[in-house]
Amino acid sequence: MASPSERKVNAELFVTCIIDQIAPEVGESTVRVLRRLGVDLDFPPEQTCCGQPAFNSGYWSEAKPLARKFIETFTGDKPVVIPSGSCASMVRVFYQELFHDEPLWAERAANLAPKVFELSEFLADELNAVGQIGEIASEAKAQKTSTTYHETCHLRRELGATTQTRKLLKALPNVTLTEMPQSEVCCGFGGTFAVKYSDISGAMLSDKVNNIKASAAESVVACDSSCLMHIGGGLEKQGVNVQPLHLAQILDQAMS
Amino acid sequence: MQVKTKQFNQGAAVAMRNPTIQKNLLDLYHGFHSARLKASAATPDWEALQDRARAIKEHTVENLDHYLALIEENVTKAGGKVYFADDDVAANKYVVDLAKARGVKTVIKSKSMVSEEMGLNHHFEDAGIESVETDLGEYIIQLAGETPFHIVAPAIHKSRQDVSQLFHEKLGSMPSEDITELGREARRQLRQKFIQADMGITGANFIVAETGTVVLVTNEGNGRMSTSMPKLHVAITGMEKVVPSMDDLGTFLRLLIRSATGQRLTSYVTAVTGPRREHEVDGPEEFHLVIVDNGRSKLLANPELRESLYCIRCGACLNACPVYRKVGGHAYGWVYPGPIGAIVSPVLTGIGNAKDLPFASSLCGACKEACPVRINIPRMLLVLRRELTEGTTYPDQKRVSLFERIAFRMWRIGFQNPALLRIGTAVGRIAQIPFARNGRIKNAPFLSKWTRYRTLPALPKSSFRDRWRKLSNEK
Ligand code: SF4
Repeated sequence: MASPSERKVNAELFVTCIIDQIAPEVGESTVRVLRRLGVDLDFPPEQTCCGQPAFNSGYWSEAKPLARKFIETFTGDKPVVIPSGSCASMVRVFYQELFHDEPLWAERAANLAPKVFELSEFLADELNAVGQIGEIASEAKAQKTSTTYHETCHLRRELGATTQTRKLLKALPNVTLTEMPQSEVCCGFGGTFAVKYSDISGAMLSDKVNNIKASAAESVVACDSSCLMHIGGGLEKQGVNVQPLHLAQILDQAMS
Repeated sequence: MQVKTKQFNQGAAVAMRNPTIQKNLLDLYHGFHSARLKASAATPDWEALQDRARAIKEHTVENLDHYLALIEENVTKAGGKVYFADDDVAANKYVVDLAKARGVKTVIKSKSMVSEEMGLNHHFEDAGIESVETDLGEYIIQLAGETPFHIVAPAIHKSRQDVSQLFHEKLGSMPSEDITELGREARRQLRQKFIQADMGITGANFIVAETGTVVLVTNEGNGRMSTSMPKLHVAITGMEKVVPSMDDLGTFLRLLIRSATGQRLTSYVTAVTGPRREHEVDGPEEFHLVIVDNGRSKLLANPELRESLYCIRCGACLNACPVYRKVGGHAYGWVYPGPIGAIVSPVLTGIGNAKDLPFASSLCGACKEACPVRINIPRMLLVLRRELTEGTTYPDQKRVSLFERIAFRMWRIGFQNPALLRIGTAVGRIAQIPFARNGRIKNAPFLSKWTRYRTLPALPKSSFRDRWRKLSNEK
């Protein structure tokens, strides 16, 4: 097992616009977790947004400048770590759609794709650090807690990352994972969908909140801050005392 | 069928207010959806089957002309007749004219989605010909004067009490909540029609090109009766239903049945090749196959949407879809509801009529995950969204929302430049002051669509990029 001093990995962090602007503490946790594992991180300051909000809403011409900017910001050989299943999908999967009529950019995006990792993939697969995280966490003696896991949609269905987060959570000796029913069902966020079709989105959210309640866990973990913003907002609105946590946050807590 | 795709929101609201509908929709997850997952898990070569089906569909749709010609040749050889209808008008005319020419008074129908597209029952009615749906679900829908709610289970939105009440009103039967008794009542009514009928109409789940065979997959046997009792059998289907060979049919039957209901085999799989031959004891004297385009060429012509023609109408994407499981089938306003409906309805009925459908999705991808032919529905929803905002394929149908357009332009300009982004964030931090308490926004007039169901985090005092400097010093 590699200890921090043994591992020499350089990586670049794309923190996503939502973490940058609304949930900076998730970014901080991401940095702390990765550093504990011996990853030397860079934060290219030119980065902003991958373009997904415009792309999903049909404004591909507005998404393109941001996508090009992303591609130009991350030109090096280092892996790019993104603590969001959705933004990682945008870069890895949807840039090919976005640039369907611009083969040169499509090619640049295709070349970039293999070095882009969502956080749980990076930790569990690329660094193969599940065991090491467990070891650090067992030394850290964090408080015992229970959590439930919400599988975010793009992480599961675009990236196919269905096992990594559960492996990581189960490696934490002080965290009990209690599964909620229908953990793979969408929380109803979907970007502008949540306001354009507010009632439908709200009904989906209400199901999610009920399922989270059914797990009786103290927190709910997911790998996307946008979904967590939605779920957390629903929990608070309904007065349900369950804490929404990004994977980076629960790992950070368990490892410190 | 009347196109009501413009009333998506009204239709959705009706379903969401109805507790019976909500319960029945919720049950789809534990019913069909879970049954499919179990059935596919118990099929060892499931992934390979899907790959194979996908490859067959790609090949067939790329060579559709060839296979349609082959169908015509083989159906004709078997003594049947093939008619290619460009649209619903032509198809209705052919079928109704045929019925009139043969002096048909009563038609029995087995499930056919394409005849729903055509509104065929109304055309029969106008011609003074009685036509009766014989699939139990379709029969209920016809009595109620409604449209199918689900591709596989058209009356899934009705409770047994609803059905009992309906039968009582329309058929004068004794109210009963015993499902067997309700089934018996329908059978009593339908038996009579089967005996009377001089024309049987069915759809086709598949048409096999190498033999000219029409294949029906049902659980009630009514489909088989419709092909064999009346003297005249007309099968009506969309032009995408072709599979090249009997061998391919095997692949699709395994996928379709498991994906639709989780069964390994339905009670009836009926294969019909032409009319009755001399040595045969039953079957119709005359057989017609009506192959309908009705807008499908538009899907075929568009490489970005072509894969929607691979659909085998199993309904798995509906059962998997969390939006469908809230709004139900009627909201989608036309024959095909749910995720696949959100692709084909806009193109088949005119994209300007169905602006809501591609947007009424969280893009969660559950449909894609469920689809046995690996149709990438979310990708096509995104394509249609692009067409509706800035596309040129359907230029007159642009969804003009000036406000949204300007908002995205400003957003993009701001996010293209980190310095501008800083200014934007600073403005936001000031603007939120009247609404933010302890870092949360519980209510704000311009955010009511959000805050009706959730609170919102306020913009924190510093962004991650502000904090990065400190973090990098910590190293
Ligand atoms: S799109 Fe796929 S899942 Fe949906 S009905 Fe068609 S074949 Fe079935």
